Amino acid sequence: MFHRESGYFKTSYKADMALYPLPIGKVAATGFVLLFLVVAPIFLDEYYLSVINIAAIAVVGALGLNILLGYTGQISIGHAAFMSVGAYTAANFAVHFDMPFWVTLPAGGLMAAAIGTLVGLPSLRVKGLYLAIATLAAQFIIEWVLNHTPLISGGVQASIEMPRPVFFGNVLNTQSELYFFILPVTIIAIIATMNLVRSRIGRAFVAIRDQDIAAEIIGINVYRYKLLAFAISSFYAGVTGVLYTYYFGIANYEAFQLPISIDYLAMCIIGGLGSVLGSIFGAVFITLMPIVLRIFMETVGVFFIDGNYIAQVIAQMRLILFGGLIIFFLVVEPDGLNKLWQNIRNYFRVWPFSY
Amino acid sequence: MEFQFFIELVTNGVLTGLMYALVAVGFVLIYKSTDAINFAQGEFCMIAAIVVAGFMKLYGFPLWGAIAVGLLFMLLFNWGLERVVLRPMIGRPVVAIIMATIGLALIFRGLGPLVFGAETQPIPLPIPDQPIIWGPFFVSPIDLLGGGISLAFMAVFGWFFMKSRKGVAMRAVADSHQVSMAMGINVERYFVLAWMLAGFVALLGGLVWGSAIGVDTQLAQLGLKVFPVVILGGLDSILGVIVGGIIVGVVEAISAGYVDPYVGGGTKDFTPYVLMIIVLMIRPYGIFGKPIIERI
Repeated sequence: MFHRESGYFKTSYKADMALYPLPIGKVAATGFVLLFLVVAPIFLDEYYLSVINIAAIAVVGALGLNILLGYTGQISIGHAAFMSVGAYTAANFAVHFDMPFWVTLPAGGLMAAAIGTLVGLPSLRVKGLYLAIATLAAQFIIEWVLNHTPLISGGVQASIEMPRPVFFGNVLNTQSELYFFILPVTIIAIIATMNLVRSRIGRAFVAIRDQDIAAEIIGINVYRYKLLAFAISSFYAGVTGVLYTYYFGIANYEAFQLPISIDYLAMCIIGGLGSVLGSIFGAVFITLMPIVLRIFMETVGVFFIDGNYIAQVIAQMRLILFGGLIIFFLVVEPDGLNKLWQNIRNYFRVWPFSY
Repeated sequence: MEFQFFIELVTNGVLTGLMYALVAVGFVLIYKSTDAINFAQGEFCMIAAIVVAGFMKLYGFPLWGAIAVGLLFMLLFNWGLERVVLRPMIGRPVVAIIMATIGLALIFRGLGPLVFGAETQPIPLPIPDQPIIWGPFFVSPIDLLGGGISLAFMAVFGWFFMKSRKGVAMRAVADSHQVSMAMGINVERYFVLAWMLAGFVALLGGLVWGSAIGVDTQLAQLGLKVFPVVILGGLDSILGVIVGGIIVGVVEAISAGYVDPYVGGGTKDFTPYVLMIIVLMIRPYGIFGKPIIERI
């Protein structure tokens, strides 16, 4: 509508694989970054910034899982456990060694990557259902180990209090301060993922997803790339865990149990498998859904339901809505929100003509 | 005394394992005939038990009436489920089917308490409460009943699969959808049949487990026990389910009896999964399963 795609000629493969195939992409991306880094913090109050913070953290995790699930086609139901690995690593580094966030962040990611690679080992022999169950087992085993090893998890309630991140001597306490800590990490994660999936590694991942035996025949080292996918994906998960820890101020395995793994799987499914934009859509959608539901029930629902039960009903409604949405998207729109966005964009691209 | 303790653990483990097998067989049934992976089997049991307990409590149904309602509900529901959700998923990647059943599981977990209330309810089966003591064996009647129902069902089910016309057709469908279609088997009808059978097993499992530990959403945790059982036994074998169930039950009981005092509890939920990982590494298709040969 606002621009026409005519007149841009690509004369090299490099131009064809560029991060922004059209100048409008660059403009839009810069616009969004400015909107979130400059405009949003000025006009939004603490509460809305905290919502954006949570969503931004979720985006990192969803991107990581989408690299594994959407691009490489390997399933993981243990992703929340990788987050807890990152969270405890960072908490231990921060508390016992007094490390700043720019050490704990990559440390948590790397530790999670190491554990994730270990968990990914069964992917060399099994796939599909078996891999799903193996990663599910990993979720339980990691949870149990964290809960029962005081050396890692501190002891009482298996939780460690996390100091606030310090940036050049300033302690980041409020949501708006944390905002400037979390959002840059998310932006880096988005850009890194976009670059990863158009690289040689990303193409190898896609080849493995589409047909791993065929990928092996054309000379891709399937084992190496599968493990690499697990490592990268759990690195993202670890970073997500560290961000959560800084956000909540506490590292606790109970924040990273099986339902969280399922939340992240749902983000990838609802957002759209194998798409960076889809991960962002999915993460934002799944984060906002319970908040919108709660506001809706507290304003409209109170007329129908006894006030004492409302919290319980909201929790149950959330499960129903959540499950229903997963099934709805799988049956009706398997490519998720990303596909809906594509449809809208394609419609307006040639508007007012039909093609 | 030490030996007595061991015997006790093993007996209880075997009976619990048989009851796990009752839940797991629903999973195997669906996997065998439709290739779908049902992550909601535990929730099926839960919703069946909740419906039965709810009808007894809220509407004053007698036990047999409530069970009849529960059976009707499960059969109708699973029939509709297959038509609306699972049929469009045929031929889609594994992760899609897994996520669809997880979505289903979430709906059940919300819907059950929303309709019938969240508090724990009993299913009073007409059996005595006192444990039965017979020589060195020391078992509770509900475990015995559960194990018995499980074995009886497996026997009937094994006969059905091996000998009856419908069972043979179902095995053919499991082997190859295309070939069985060419042989004149109405594949879609057998898909529905498989899901309805799974609903029936879930009702049995829900009744047994519901009266053993009480009916609430915690019952759905059973679903997580299914995976070690089926992986150990092999995904497509009835005998494997029994053996896998017994192994898981015994390992759980022994680890709870001997390891828990040293590490502070909780090994019960964890050892079956460790065992499962080991089996996955050595023999991914389980003790009785058949290896999959993949072609492009």
